[in-house]
This record gives sequence, C-alpha cells and structure tokens, in this order.
Amino acid sequence: MFGQLDQIFVTLLHWLVGFLPVAWRSLASSLLCIGFVISVFPGLFALVTVIERKGLGRIQNRYGPNRVGPFGFLQFAADGIKSLIKEDIVPRAADHVVHFLAPVVLLIPVLLAYAVLPFGQNMTIADYDAGLLFFFAVGGAVELSIFMAGWSSRNKYSLLGAMRAIAQMLSYEIPLILSAVSVVMIVGSLNLSDIVSHQNHYTFGIAHWYVFTPWGLAGFLIFFIASLAESNRCPFDLPEAESEIIAGYFTEYSGFKFALFFLGEYLGMFAICGLGITLFLGGWTSPVSWLSWIPSYVWFLTKLLAIVFVFIWIRGTLPRLRMDQLMNLAWKFLLPLALVNIVVAGLWHFLGAGALRWLVCAVILAAAYVALGRALMQHQKLGKRIYRFAY
Amino acid sequence: MSLILVITAVVTLLAAVAAMSLRNLVHSALTLAVSFSGVAAIYLQLNAEFAGFTEILVYVGAIAILIVMAILLTRSGETPEKSVLTSGWLAGIAVTALVFTILGWAVLSSSALPAAPAVPPHVTVKDIGMQLMTQYVLPLEIIGLVLTVAMIGAVVIACKEEAPARILPVVAKTTEPQPAPGNPAAPIPAAAGAFKKAGAA
Repeated sequence: MFGQLDQIFVTLLHWLVGFLPVAWRSLASSLLCIGFVISVFPGLFALVTVIERKGLGRIQNRYGPNRVGPFGFLQFAADGIKSLIKEDIVPRAADHVVHFLAPVVLLIPVLLAYAVLPFGQNMTIADYDAGLLFFFAVGGAVELSIFMAGWSSRNKYSLLGAMRAIAQMLSYEIPLILSAVSVVMIVGSLNLSDIVSHQNHYTFGIAHWYVFTPWGLAGFLIFFIASLAESNRCPFDLPEAESEIIAGYFTEYSGFKFALFFLGEYLGMFAICGLGITLFLGGWTSPVSWLSWIPSYVWFLTKLLAIVFVFIWIRGTLPRLRMDQLMNLAWKFLLPLALVNIVVAGLWHFLGAGALRWLVCAVILAAAYVALGRALMQHQKLGKRIYRFAY
Repeated sequence: MSLILVITAVVTLLAAVAAMSLRNLVHSALTLAVSFSGVAAIYLQLNAEFAGFTEILVYVGAIAILIVMAILLTRSGETPEKSVLTSGWLAGIAVTALVFTILGWAVLSSSALPAAPAVPPHVTVKDIGMQLMTQYVLPLEIIGLVLTVAMIGAVVIACKEEAPARILPVVAKTTEPQPAPGNPAAPIPAAAGAFKKAGAA
C-alpha cells in the first residue's frame, strides 16, 4: 500500500505514456517530466514568497501580507497579476535584444538543473552518470545571464550589481564544489541517485546521512554558506543590495521580466537546496527507520521547505556583509576549510570503521576551524565600538 | 546523421560566424558562448557526457565570463564605425579552404589511422578518473604545474611595486586626556590627527 503510494507518480507516468504508440513514448515521457518541473517548482515559489513575507513580518514584529485570501495566502496571485499587467519599460539606451534575452537565459540553466535531482525513489528525470557535474556545469551558465542583464541595461547600478554578482558567484562556487567533492570521494560516483542510495542504510534506526559524520557536517556547513551566497540570499545579497545599488543587475527591469528574475532566483535557490539535501541530508530517505513508510517525495519536499525556512530565518536575522568581508570569507576561510575537509574525507575512508576515525576526523576539523579563525582574527582589532565623531 | 545533430551544428557555426563578424565586442563574446554551448550539445549527442559537461563548465561558465570581464576592464563599450571584417576576407576564405583541404587530405591518407572504424567504447566518468590518476598522472601533474605558474605570474604582474600609501589608523598617543563620554564639547584629538594625516598624504 505505502509502496504504491511512494511510486504513484512513476506509475502514473507509465500509465499515461502507455496510451501512446511506442515511437512517441520517450518524447511524451520527457514532456510530462518537463511539465512536472515547470508546474511544481514555480508553485512552490508562489508558496514560499508568501511564507517568506509572513515569516519576515513575524521576525520584524509586524503582520506581513494579510489582506488577499485566507491569512493573505493568495498574495502571490495578486503580485503575479500586478507584474503581468504592468507596463514593460526598456531604457532607450539599453541593448534591446540582450536586455530581452537576459531573463529568459537565466531560467534555462536554472530549470535544467532540476533534471538530475532525485525528487523521490526512482524519480530522477535524467539519471546521468555524471549528474553532479551536470548540475555544476549548468549552474555556471547563470553568471552569463546576470552579466547580460547588468551590461545591457546601460545603467551604472546594474553594471555594479552584475560585477558584484559575478565576483561573488565565482568565488563561492569553489567552496561549493570542493565541499561536494568530499561526498563524491566517499561514494565513488557522480550519480546523484547513487549518492542517495549510499545514505539509505540505518543503524539503531538512525539513517546514515553524511551530515551525521564529522566531514559531512563540516561539508554541509560549507555547502550551506556557499549556497546562500550562490543564490544571492541575505547576508550575501550584495548584488541586489536595495540600500546601496537599488536592485542590482535587474534595476532596469519592470513588469513580468522582473518577475522572471525573481522566479529564476528562487528556482535556483530550490535547486541548490535540493542538491544539498541530496548530498548531505540523505535525499529522499527518512531520518529514522520507523518513518520510512512516508513517501519519498514527501520527505524531499519537507527537507526542502525546512532548509528554505532556515534561509528565511537567516535573512531576517543577519545584516549584510561588506564586499571585502565577503571575499575574505570565501577565499581565506571557506576554501582552506574545504580543502582540509577533503583530506579528512580521505582519512575517513582509509581508517576503516571504528571509533578511531570519528575521533581523528573530528579533532582535525575542529583544530583547522580554530586555527583558521584565530589566524584570521589576529590582525583584526575587534572590540567595543568607539564612536569618535558622535556620542 | 540525425536532424538534431544538423540543427546543433548549424546553430554552432552561425554563432561562430556571428562571433567573428559582430561589431560590438560584448555581442561577439555572447555569441561565442552560444557557440560553446552548441559544441557541448554535439558532444552530448555523441554520448560523450563528460566532455560535454566539462565544455559547459569550463567554456560557458568560466572562459566566456573571463572574456566579458576582460572586455569590460580594458576598453570602453564604444563600437567601431566600420565593419570589423578586413577588405581581404575573400582571399582569407580561399587560404583557409586551401589549408583545410590539405590538412584533411593529409589526415585521411595517413597510415596512423586504423583501417576499420573503431567500436565506440562506453566510457564512464569513473573510467576517465581512473585513467587520469594512473596512466596519465604525469601529464595531469604537468598541466597543474603550468596552470600554477600562470597564476603566480598573473599575481606578480597584478601586484604593485610598492604598497600604496595608506592612511594609518590613528592610535591616540597624545598626552591630552581622552574626551569623556557624554561631553560633546571636549576636543577630539584622535580625529584631528586623522584629518592632518589625511591632508598630508
């Protein structure tokens, strides 16, 4: 019964495709999968925008949207209609073709990234042998669309925002990939379904998620920070810092193009959260064995929403970083720590099972963390702020 | 030859031609990125997953960004008035066709080519990694060394000869008493010192 419920979407797909002649089946199943991605995740985007606005409202001691629909939950529909019927304004000096193409080009790699994510058991759309590589490859193409948006607007704020975005994404891609490398080393495969099935074991009823190992915890934290920066979320939202450069690279976009940028950003965030879940949080597996009757896609969605909730929480809590702090964090702290983590993952593999490897790996990582932190803080004169010009 | 391969090949070639002939350098860089993506699509058509993904990761993700950054950092966005093609483009095409013909003939008539078409092997990423770490580990290391040398060279070129004159953070060394908090009328020696230093520098 629960097994059928778990596989209901796969069965449904096979049943629907079964009506067609054999020659059309592969095309039809691809189209149905594409339809699944472009209906489910934008729907999730609509839901998350409302949750985010209400959650930020709670954190900032105000109500948030509460007028449209029950508890304001139809606010996304009002926003969508508003952005559809707004006038589309293009600056006269803008490069019209590139300006038009930029939001479209942003959505292509972001949607392509969903092709390799395992949403549930047997629910990977394109089960590539090198799925992880595919994800990072298409993720790299996002920067080009951001550059297109910033450059074609012929606006200094747009160009500044694009430059900031490119610098930030290039810098944080390195710790992101290096933290994922440790998982690849342990699993021995770049296939995301393989990575999930390696975590689908239980000891004393607790799952073997990689986040529960020393190197996995360190890798997950590095991945989490880098994914915050990759999706331009607070505290790394310098590319679109409202108080500094208006809206960054999409300053000159209005109406539905603006909404497309917004959508692309959130879809990118969901995709990278999904990758983090797959790599470190066991993908679609349940955390404890007595809950594994819950369908796999429910687990995936629950974990995704939990991580997105943490993202919103962080946005409501932390102030924005400065540009030099941003670069220092990526190059002087996250990158060395990710390199140490790779060595530790190798040690974990070669030390064999037992308590020794837990102790050794945890001690090395903690020592690296403390040493790096001490070394970076040495020349920083941090302390109580003294106001020299104001009292 | 499938229809999809023909379409990707045509798009790739058109984008490459546009990259050569467009006047605006940024447009050229963007069409070059399209051309790189087309090459990656052709690799994927030929079941060379790793090569295709690496093409996107390295060329579209990194090289194209590098090119546009280089354009933005070195020259203004002014587009040239006249066409970027030189007047001798017909002769250029003739020379290119000639060289291509000779090279193609030389390669096809070479004795190094196997007589029968080789069976396409099924290569996984794991196989490629194994080969890189065992048989081809020396070339891999040499490439890594070359890239490191290039990077160190870039850093050396980018470094200024001497450190720029900095406005040092002023530490109050004066014997004057520090202004008591909550007394705005008191003089601010540290701040005054900072202004003098800044003016001198």
